[in-house]
Amino acid sequence: MPFASILDAIGNTPLVHLPRLSPKSGVNLYAKLEGQNPTGSVKDRIARHMILAAEASGALTPDKIILEPTSGNTGISLAMVARAKGYKLICVLPDNVTPEREQLLRAFGADVVYAKDAISTNDAVYKAQQMLADDPDRYFMPYQYGNENNPQAHYDTTGPEVLRDVPDIDVFVAGLGTGGTLTGVGRYLKERRPGVKVIAAVPHPGDLVQGLRDLGEGFIPAVLDESVLDGRIVVDARTSFATVKELMEKEAIFAGISSGAVMRVAIRAADRLDSGNVVALLADGGWKYLSTALWTRDWEVTEESETQGTIWW
Amino acid sequence: MTVEVKVTATLQKMVGGQRVIQGDGATVGEVIDDLERKHPGIKDMVMVDGQIHRFVNIYLNDEDVRFLSQLDTPLKEGDVLSILPALAGGA
Repeated sequence: MPFASILDAIGNTPLVHLPRLSPKSGVNLYAKLEGQNPTGSVKDRIARHMILAAEASGALTPDKIILEPTSGNTGISLAMVARAKGYKLICVLPDNVTPEREQLLRAFGADVVYAKDAISTNDAVYKAQQMLADDPDRYFMPYQYGNENNPQAHYDTTGPEVLRDVPDIDVFVAGLGTGGTLTGVGRYLKERRPGVKVIAAVPHPGDLVQGLRDLGEGFIPAVLDESVLDGRIVVDARTSFATVKELMEKEAIFAGISSGAVMRVAIRAADRLDSGNVVALLADGGWKYLSTALWTRDWEVTEESETQGTIWW
Repeated sequence: MTVEVKVTATLQKMVGGQRVIQGDGATVGEVIDDLERKHPGIKDMVMVDGQIHRFVNIYLNDEDVRFLSQLDTPLKEGDVLSILPALAGGA
């Protein structure tokens, strides 16, 4: 049956068995390929949820411009939803994102503003909040870090899809960015399958933290419910890159950088089980990272400094 | 027991610019107390009211000790602790 619009084509992504990456024969490893969404990332789910909810509540009206700080995927998803529904979108980006992202945003008709001297998403967030404060009636800011419709999108769609496909899931692994995926899927799974473990994979901040004056400037997204987490594992960029290549070499899966970190954590979780089922959510495909030459270089011999200082998630 | 402790820029200025320092102790909490003796003031950057600061994640090798046994997390020879700030991520 045809979908009524591109917005209805979001979700119901494939869950794929990864027998060659599993470290043990008794443990099944699965990947949920969020790159199969219309704009190629998991963020399509939350963009649709946040915009529909804002229309329903009256927070977003046709005269308003949608404004969002984002290092990429959320902006691209919002740009798709905005274009499908006839809104204008401005994205505030830190200035070290890969060029494909800006091209995609502009292709969907979004305007791009760079946060000056921004080295992390934190700075883009502050810049966008300033723009909103200066002209509050002009903008609607979905603000994925604090919007309950972000985890709700995963509670309503991703979680049910995972449990439908792997009813006897033991471990769920996803990347920790806003915390929306882990919080929404984690809540859904824990309500229905007590004992399931929810593990966060986080990028090693590397040199990106050099600009922080003190640790009190850190940032914990409001939508992250840490009580659903059973573990948090940090993965450096080189390990993420190497695992992305391994995903390609062993399973023919073309995934984005954060997926390497998530898969590394999932493999380790699998290794700690005698038997069971581990599901890893891979947030996007490799398309937006082709400029890194990731698949044609040997990351084992890459200097750490080459991979630091860029936002990969 | 002595373990390596990796620190990021924010803390490096308190430890003479080093990226890796040494701490003694059998648990994460004991190592932090030892670091405070060697580098006074560091404990207040990392902890509040006897707990690890909300904006600070301490990793034992690569696992957040908050999900292990927090400050009581035991250490063994060759372990590496990393003290990292919580940062916004993701797209």
